[in-house]
Amino acid sequence: MSRVVLDPTGERGVAERERPTRPASLDGLRVGLLDISKPRGDVFLDRLAQRLAERGIEVTRYRKPTPAKPPPVDLRHEIATHCDLVIEALAD
Amino acid sequence: MTALAVSYRLDLVTVPTLLRVENGVEVDRREGWLREQWEELTGIAGLGADLPEYRVLRMLAGTTRAAEELVAVVPPDLVPATVEKVAVNAVLAGRKPEYLPVVLAAVEAACTDAFDMHGLLATTYFSGPVVVVNGPIPPGDPDERRHQRARAGQPGQRDHRSGAAAGDAQRRRRSTGRDGPGGVGQPGKLPFCFAGDEEGSPWEPLSVSRGAPPGRSAVTLFAGDGVRGIADQISRTPESLARSFALVLRTVGHPKLPLGFDACLLVVRPEHARTFRAAGWSRDRLLTELTDLLRLLGEEIVRGAGGIAEGAPEKTVAATGRPTHAEVPAGRTADRACR
Repeated sequence: MSRVVLDPTGERGVAERERPTRPASLDGLRVGLLDISKPRGDVFLDRLAQRLAERGIEVTRYRKPTPAKPPPVDLRHEIATHCDLVIEALAD
Repeated sequence: MTALAVSYRLDLVTVPTLLRVENGVEVDRREGWLREQWEELTGIAGLGADLPEYRVLRMLAGTTRAAEELVAVVPPDLVPATVEKVAVNAVLAGRKPEYLPVVLAAVEAACTDAFDMHGLLATTYFSGPVVVVNGPIPPGDPDERRHQRARAGQPGQRDHRSGAAAGDAQRRRRSTGRDGPGGVGQPGKLPFCFAGDEEGSPWEPLSVSRGAPPGRSAVTLFAGDGVRGIADQISRTPESLARSFALVLRTVGHPKLPLGFDACLLVVRPEHARTFRAAGWSRDRLLTELTDLLRLLGEEIVRGAGGIAEGAPEKTVAATGRPTHAEVPAGRTADRACR
């Protein structure tokens, strides 16, 4: 007996990636601050930038054009190239 | 008697269940999908030719596209969806094969970068894809089509099969691409699809205004939330009507967030369209007037104004002075031809 099963779903498992190990210290690391363009995300990141600067940590600021879309490929590439870690802010 | 009552009376708990009844008394039953068992019970060879695997083949006959052709890569998991995969979903949504091109076009448009289905699925806001269908689909009697369109002009009305088809199938695409959580739901997230009344409209079809060739069936997608009526039974001039429209449009999202909710889909109903037609107003004229009417004073919409913390950011208001509330339709839209 042969049966045909037509699957309406994506038929594919979700890709799972290992989270990178959390660094023990931020000393000497290049930190990116990514504002996703939600209201007041900049308030949160401004404060973080200030606190990190006080500790002598190099910070680069980035901003997504819109919170509604994933970051553009070139932005992702730039962050990956120039940062050791990134802090992404969601705020409202 | 309702279907539920029949199921209760006959003690049906599985779909499908086949009963053999003799002299009004059940003498045998089979539950489940094994065709051999159905044939054994009924003595009918090939019973169930209308069941899903066949219905998908019938659905596929509704398009000239090959079953294995890629329609779109569906976010957020970026799963490739073929014509066949869309057809399977269209069958589950209970749709007619002749409307498959509408469903395919809607899926294709939804997965464009311009429409950004990712954002629509991931947001906790309650917007969903609104599908506007233009053109001569389905082929056949224009009077019947007009009748269907008139009924379909009321979003949420499920009579129009292409309407509900695209809406339901859209929603089902989310089962393919994986749906995200929503903060709050609304019924328009499901079958929010309707056709333009092209024969009755004073203006050219929306699809033509957006670049599709006249006479070509096409869909326009818009990321919208619920239906909001505009009640104006007194206005008899286009100026008065436009002011009514503008006043209601200000409430989309929040009257003080014109830059966050800068798009809407305005459906002009026939009795209002008559007024614009009589005065010779084009669609562009109405849009221009609305844009002017929706220029707002920064001091009225800035955060804190009116005793309301929410509003346009100070720096935005300072930069633009008088931000425009809405251009209609704009924002997240996408178009695709039906084929």
